[in-house]
Formats: sequence, C-alpha cells, structure tokens
Amino acid sequence: MVMLKTVDLGISFGGLNAVNSFNIEVEEGQLYGLIGPNGAGKTTVFNLLTGVYKPTTGRFSLAGEDLTGKSPTEICNHGIARTFQNIRLFKNMSVIDNVKVALHTRMKYPLASSFFRFPNYFSTEKRMNDEALRLLEVFDLDKHKDYNAASLPYGKQRKLEIARAMATNPKLLLLDEPAAGMNPNETAELMETIRFVRGEFNMTILLIEHDMRLVAGICEKLTVLNFGTELASGETTEVLKDPQVITAYLGE
Amino acid sequence: MQVFVNFIMDGLNLGSVYALVALGYTMVYGIAKMLNFAHGDVIMVGGYTIYIVFLQKDMGIAAAVIASVLICSVLGFVIEKLAYRPLRNATPLSVLITAIGVSYLLQNIALLTFTSELKLISSFIKLPTFNVGPVRIEGISVLIWITTLVIMVSLNNFIQKTKTGKAMLAVSEDRGAAQLMGIDVNKTISITFLIGSALAGLASALYIAKYQKIEPYTGSVFGIKAFAAAVFGGIGSIPGAALGGILIGLIEALAIGYLPDSIRPASDGVAFAILIIMLVLKPSGMLGKTKIEKV
Repeated sequence: MVMLKTVDLGISFGGLNAVNSFNIEVEEGQLYGLIGPNGAGKTTVFNLLTGVYKPTTGRFSLAGEDLTGKSPTEICNHGIARTFQNIRLFKNMSVIDNVKVALHTRMKYPLASSFFRFPNYFSTEKRMNDEALRLLEVFDLDKHKDYNAASLPYGKQRKLEIARAMATNPKLLLLDEPAAGMNPNETAELMETIRFVRGEFNMTILLIEHDMRLVAGICEKLTVLNFGTELASGETTEVLKDPQVITAYLGE
Repeated sequence: MQVFVNFIMDGLNLGSVYALVALGYTMVYGIAKMLNFAHGDVIMVGGYTIYIVFLQKDMGIAAAVIASVLICSVLGFVIEKLAYRPLRNATPLSVLITAIGVSYLLQNIALLTFTSELKLISSFIKLPTFNVGPVRIEGISVLIWITTLVIMVSLNNFIQKTKTGKAMLAVSEDRGAAQLMGIDVNKTISITFLIGSALAGLASALYIAKYQKIEPYTGSVFGIKAFAAAVFGGIGSIPGAALGGILIGLIEALAIGYLPDSIRPASDGVAFAILIIMLVLKPSGMLGKTKIEKV
C-alpha cells in the first residue's frame, strides 16, 4: 500500500520557488531517504507535510486520505509525526512528561475530570503513564524518566524526540537530520534505533540526512532534491551512482 | 507590639486578595506569554455582577458568587477569542496594546452602565470576627486566606498533574512543537483564559466581601498592583504570584501604618519602589526562573 503520496507539491515564498513540483511515493513500511545540499528544500518538504506551511501547488495524501491544507494538529492526529533538525523537546519538562504530552490526543478525559478527579481521571492518567513508560523502555530511556529533558545527553535527546513522535501513534514518521551533530558511535546506535522502530512498529519512515553512511546503510529508496526540484529518485544504490547526483551533492 | 500585629494582619488580608488576582495574571502570562491587562477589569465586571444579582435582584450570596464566576469566565473566553486570538502571531507589543484597549473598553462600558458613582454592597458575606489573644481576626480574612491557598495548590496541581495542564506547559514552552504533537494551541489557550477568568470571578466575590464597594476603576487600580505582585514573585510562577501578592500587601499595610503623616498618601509608591529595587537585584522575580544565555 502507498502510505505517502505527493502530487506536484510546491510552495513559493514571494518569488522564490522553495519546493517545486515534488512527487514522491512511499510504500508502507519503507525506509525512504530525502537528501540534497543545504538549502535544497528538504525541511520545507517536511513543513509542508506537517501543515506548518500550506502548499501553493499540488496535493499530498496519507494512506489514500488527502491531507492538503489541514492544520498541524489535524495532520498529527491523522498520523504524521516528526522530529526536528534542531532538537525541540519541552526542555523544562521531565522525560516522561514529554512523552505524555504527545499521548494527549490519543487518551482523553473531560476537563471537568481534571478538576474534580472523577474515576476516569485516575484510570486515564494511569494508562498514559503505563503507555509512556512502555515507550521509554522500548527506547531504553526508562531509567531517565524523571530527568529534565534538557539534562539528557545529546544522543538520548534525539532518541527521546523519536519516542515522543512515536507516542502520537503515527502511520508515517518524518525524521529531520536525526544524525546531525552525532559522533560515529552515536550515529551507529541511531541507525540501530531507526531499524528497530521500523521493525517493531512496522513504521513507514521518511528521513532527511546528510550522513551518507547512514543513508546508504538504512534507506531503501532515495529522492535527491536540488534547488527545490527533484534531481533523481529510485533505489539507494542506483541513485548514489547517478553522475548528476554526484556532481550536485557529493562532489566530483 | 499589638499595633504591629494588626498591621501585619491588614497586610495579610490585602495580600491574599492581591495574590488571588496575581494568580490570574501569572497563569495567562505563563501559558499564553501575554499580559492580560484586562484581567483587573474582568474582576470589576464580576463585582457589578454581584451588585446586580445580590443587591438589585436579591438572589442570595451563592447565586451571586456563581453568577460572577460564570460571567467572568465567559467574558474572559470571549475577550480571548475576539481580541487576542486574531493577534496570535503578531508582535507581543500589539497584543499588549490590545489588552490595554480591552481594559479601557470594559471600564467605559461600566461607566456608561453604572456611572462613576461608588456602589456600596455592605451586607455581602458576613462572618464573625474573633480574637486570638490580643489579635483581632476577621472571619472574612480567614475565608480569603483559605480560598487563596486552596486555589494556589489546586492550580499548581492541575498544571503539573493533568494532561490539560501538561498541554499548557507544552504550549508555553514551544507552541510550534506542541502543535505538531497534536495539541490544539487555540483550545489550550482558551482553557487558560477560562480558568484565569473564573479566578477573577472568585476574586471579585472576595474583594466585595472584604471592601464592600465597587466602582468602574476598582479593577484597574487593583489589577496593576496585583500585576506588580506577580512580577515581584516571578511572573509565570504560581507560588511566586501568591508570595508576591502577600509581600506587596504586607509592604503596603506597613507603609500606611508607619510612614509619617505628611507622606502617607504616597504609601502606594513604597510597594513599587521595593519592586524596582527587587527587579534590579533579581530581574526574574523572587521565584522566577533565571535564563542562562548560551553563546
């Protein structure tokens, strides 16, 4: 099944075509990479897919459902979750609270319950706690659950961001440069985590990355962007051999 | 000594009402990152609601308090929706000016409707006065202390322990990221205003019980001092607002008590002078979080 499909998706800011006619098809369970030089429009694509920007042209759909023009909140509830290039955890909240916040829309009780502590307050809060703990265990963060998110080491903050995104129960996970600023050991561990998430949750993942070892190591398909337009697209090994891609991105 | 103790008592009374109002300011500031200068005027509207329901319609204390809380909540909700929501992505300065505008609007509506004449509501909530040793304690003061304390604790509890509270914290830290985690930012801010304004309704009932009068400017004068209290304690911090309120109340009562007659009318200024000194020494307020800038 096609999980994510975009048709001629594009946005221009003033006269600048930041992303131009972007077409992509990501199959369910696929690990798909989006690469390109700095300023190529990769993060803009993520912002379009999460509703932060409204596309000026084209449409996109998730599992056959058109989500063009929906708000970030609605899109999140329909099943697209993301992490950020520069980590955006809720830094003053504890590790477990970061995950619980993302469980927000999945587990509900009426506002009145929070004031008067009806039984459903306790049962739902307990379910949220259990679910958050389970996710933290999966990502090996449960030992740190009461730490302030900001006090985690960098690699673990990245992991927590992925855990938080997974808490929204997504169908599609967007990872924006997950290996940025990581040392080789952390990158290796991250590759394991991404593979694990895909396997454990049968997750469809679209990721932006500059680390070619990571991309070549885990992505099945790639799309290369340059100046907002698609340069090449296809199987990872094929794309990385494409002379056009090598000139634009990897250097001669 | 007894005089001093009575000044302290006065200060605690005044301070608890400031604290209750400051809680409303600090909560809205903490979550929505805006100064709702109309908060004091919402209290004033609550006061007139009590005037109408209790004095004119003679419907009893309970009905008056409930009406005041309801009217204030709805008013806060509507103000947020009509005046502040369209400016969600505007500069903080535009929002601030709008808040001041809303404040004047409410005052002028009150002036038109009720004239500037002071309305006395003397028979509202009567509690006995009792003596503990040499100290006279008014029953109404005890009621104010207890209400303020209960509200402070439950508000803190609400924000830390419930999912709506956590959504508020998330919105306060990073609106964009919260939105991408599925949190409806507009709804969360609406709830914040609803709760803050309900507190204003309660504060107006306690204010009237204590001071037994209302006029169109009651809210703004009182509101500015409560706002100062919130800043004093560290704006955004709930225990800070309570602490700041009590301290401003105490300072004011002692200034009124001990300043020589010739400068006594300037007693209001003492609290603000101390606020300025405080802010020079610790700009984030007593319990405010100090931000460390990373370079």
